[in-house]
Amino acid sequence: MTYPEAPRQTITYDTHPDQYRHWRLTFDGPVATLHLDIDEDGGIKPGYKLKLNSYDLGVDIELYDALQRIRFEHPEVRSVVVTSGKDRIFCSGANIFMLGVSTHAWKVNFCKFTNETRNGIEDSSRHSGLKFLAACNGTTAGGGYELALACDEIILVDDRSSAVSLPEVPLLGVLPGTGGLTRVTDKRHVRRDHADIFCTLTEGIRAQRAKEWRLIDDYAKPQAFAEKVKQRAMELAAQSDRPADARGVALPILKRTIDEAGYHYETVDVVIDRKARRATLTVAAPSAAVANSIDDIVAAGASWWPLLMARELDDAILMLRTNDLEIGTWVLKTSGNAQHVLAADAALAQHQQHWFVRETIGMLRRTLARLDVTSRTLIAIADRGACFAGTLAELLLAADRSYMLALPDDSAQEAKVTLSEMNFGSYPMVNGQYRIGARFYGEEGPIAAAKAAIGKPLGAEEASALGLVTATPDDLDWEDEIRIVLEERASLSPDALTAMEANLRFGPGETMETRVFGRLSAWQNWIFIRPNAVGEAGALKVFGSGNKAKFNWERV
Amino acid sequence: MSIDYNQKIPNNVNLSENKTLQRALEHWQPEFINWWQDMGPDDSQNFDVYLRTAVSVDPGGWAHFDYVKMPDYRWGIFLNPAEEGRKVNFGAHKGEAAWQEVPGEYRSNLRRLIVTQGDTEPASVEQQRHLGLTCPSLYDMRNLFQVNVEEGRHLWAMVYLLHAYFGRDGREEAEALLERRSGDTDNPRILGAFNEETPDWLSFFMFTYFTDRDGKYQLCSLAESGFDPLARTCKFMLTEEAHHMFVGESGVGRVIQRTCEVMNQLKTDDVAKIRAAGVIDLPTIQRYLNFHFSVTMDLFGADVSSNAATFYNTGLKGRYEETKQDDDHQLNDATYPVLEVADGKLLTAQAPYLNALNERLRDDYVTDAKAGIERWNKIIQKQGIPFVLSAPHKAFNRKIGPLSSAKISPAGKVLSEAEWTHHHLQWLPSAEDRIFVGSLMGRVAEPGKYANWIAPPARGINNQAIDFEYVRFN
Repeated sequence: MTYPEAPRQTITYDTHPDQYRHWRLTFDGPVATLHLDIDEDGGIKPGYKLKLNSYDLGVDIELYDALQRIRFEHPEVRSVVVTSGKDRIFCSGANIFMLGVSTHAWKVNFCKFTNETRNGIEDSSRHSGLKFLAACNGTTAGGGYELALACDEIILVDDRSSAVSLPEVPLLGVLPGTGGLTRVTDKRHVRRDHADIFCTLTEGIRAQRAKEWRLIDDYAKPQAFAEKVKQRAMELAAQSDRPADARGVALPILKRTIDEAGYHYETVDVVIDRKARRATLTVAAPSAAVANSIDDIVAAGASWWPLLMARELDDAILMLRTNDLEIGTWVLKTSGNAQHVLAADAALAQHQQHWFVRETIGMLRRTLARLDVTSRTLIAIADRGACFAGTLAELLLAADRSYMLALPDDSAQEAKVTLSEMNFGSYPMVNGQYRIGARFYGEEGPIAAAKAAIGKPLGAEEASALGLVTATPDDLDWEDEIRIVLEERASLSPDALTAMEANLRFGPGETMETRVFGRLSAWQNWIFIRPNAVGEAGALKVFGSGNKAKFNWERV
Repeated sequence: MSIDYNQKIPNNVNLSENKTLQRALEHWQPEFINWWQDMGPDDSQNFDVYLRTAVSVDPGGWAHFDYVKMPDYRWGIFLNPAEEGRKVNFGAHKGEAAWQEVPGEYRSNLRRLIVTQGDTEPASVEQQRHLGLTCPSLYDMRNLFQVNVEEGRHLWAMVYLLHAYFGRDGREEAEALLERRSGDTDNPRILGAFNEETPDWLSFFMFTYFTDRDGKYQLCSLAESGFDPLARTCKFMLTEEAHHMFVGESGVGRVIQRTCEVMNQLKTDDVAKIRAAGVIDLPTIQRYLNFHFSVTMDLFGADVSSNAATFYNTGLKGRYEETKQDDDHQLNDATYPVLEVADGKLLTAQAPYLNALNERLRDDYVTDAKAGIERWNKIIQKQGIPFVLSAPHKAFNRKIGPLSSAKISPAGKVLSEAEWTHHHLQWLPSAEDRIFVGSLMGRVAEPGKYANWIAPPARGINNQAIDFEYVRFN
């Protein structure tokens, strides 16, 4: 279960349509088309070939980038067709040989990212009026069907051989873990006995019955397929409110340096203490007042602080997750002038109907949601110079614990927490609840008290009284207290912490996404370490060799 | 075991004792006849054709010859006799009793094997349905129809298995076998080669020699199956398949014979003169050979295949002559050479044997196919013509698998895109070649007459004369 290669080769998520090896992105008026045409020799790691349009992390990094380009660079796009550039195969899902040679951590991280990207497709449909149409022009298996499931609608070619399938259970002894098992029920309302049959059928289900069982929305013969897809894509486009005549905002490659100390961006800095297995992420407030008229905001584009900060934080999260597995604690810090953040929040709130601001809020929402589902301990530290204001206060609220320095003798130097309107619903977590609301289990009293404090700089005592921070040691205790918290935390079982944190972060109330990350991923990750899947004779290990898996038949 | 012809569906499987199955097949039968009327040989349903009909599975005398109207042909279900105490002879189940019912866990793969095999049978009938209009003789027309009705019977054989062992899914697949159409972009046959046209008789002979021989090798591997009804069915199908390859081998041989005769009469090897004399020049025959050989290579599937490994290890599909192989019949640690292109060269790499079983079958096939090419060369030699036909390299003109991304010459040299573009018309039939061959096609339908481009056969069918009236037009 280890990779045959040097240990620290940094994976980055940087790419650009000019560099894609697996996707082609084309535009035709309000319809963008994503053509999946995987270069089988283009795996992100050595040791496997990406046959039959099967994907690995590298393919999904390009998909994520393409979605970002559509969101920001092509505001005229209202619907997106996801199809294959290959003949008779749409996509056969995650590459099994890649999974077979991957470490457990790599598999889990890969699945998480692919899940987030698919959730992002639905997020854009829900919030930004981007509608997605899966045009399945051939075999649509496993992760391929899961990608289709993330789209608003699915059209399958009816050539009497193409089928949709989730063959993971019978073929590989694992689950369709990229949302498949959840979306067939929660999203498409496939009856559960039908879903049971479907998920144990290696060969899948072809057009007509697939439609009867709600696995697809429609089908068309090969000759009529392109026309049907085009027509439906145009109808979906007509439902969108994305602007026809706006100019897009280019997304340049992030200015990031990587060195021994960590990852450094313009507004985000990551310093890694490898010995302590800890990273400190510091997010800086705007250094000057941000653009707040719509013309200036659009002119600022990707350098507008809310978007720049979101993209950099997003990248930092992905870099740390992928490359720094042993860095188990992330200390979340902020710095700078709270007034600039609050002004940025005001601009976000004021122009939230404008496509670009809406997309920027979406990017912030998805980035913060990515933080919520990160399997690292998150500890927010508000010490001197901290700036947990408005949108940045979400970091404090996302943390498992937060510590705020109290300076009873010098309250002017005390860091302040300041809430804004943006803290009350703009950034729902994957459970659909905003962080303050979830923090207080929807109870009116504490929520109203917090709301009443909007705009008010809250010192340690007030923030504590409102229940916004965990503890407020004073300057006498601060250093020891924080050191002990971090050292103690770092000594605990990383597995137990991951599980405990995931349980505590999302309280009552399930959504499809919490079921994907909780129920589906948790069971999948359990299967991923069981000998029945990954032992020497496990189903995932022997796949493709012709040998049968040898199972321990005990039900656990 | 004789065949019960008193039944609606002739069979040697005691169909009358299984009313449910009998009803299902009797329901399918009229749909099959409808398909035959729609997609069977064009404009020929009323002909009396001198056909052989299977009447027994006894190797000594299994066929009966007589005039039959094709829609009245007695298509039926014939399995070789069961072998007492037969075992699964390979893979993980080696040594266990052969299965008389489908093991639940292999249902899907077995069904897929049977459907894929079954789909080729009506497909080739569809591909060949217009050839009767341009037959070079009554003898050849009869051979074509014989091949066609027997492909129809092979469809029956597969449909029987689907109906008898695969429940509702099997019945749906059996119907789909009649619904797909060769070359129909909306509704194609499963395998690519079976959606290509068979536009002329040279193509037909090449197809029956090369592509039906793939069928032989597939059937031989399935005849080894641990699923006994499939094994027994395929064994009997092989008896019939031999005639199809005979049609191909003798057909191409007679074309060569005729060309050589004309070359000697005219004392020329000038292609233009040979063509002007209305026969097919040997270089064109070589190009047709290259085409059909390479298309057939692809039918064996990917060089390294996880499906092939699974089919073998689970006892569903063996090797050619599995039981005669001198090894452990499990192949877990064995390797087998496969080709790959690296650094502009064709190299041999060792793959796990289980994964390389398609390649193994392909190699067995190549040996067999080359033997027939040598027999064709003997015809040329006998006529004293200095020309040698040869099989192209097995990596030539491949469209599936890792070799499909490279351009490889018939000699096995890796070429640049430019070299391929420059040379490929020397190696594969051009549009002009096909137009020329097509221009020779015209129906010759008088007993004892043969088209100018083909020699008469050495002897007739069932010891009849070569001027026997093999087809009566009514």
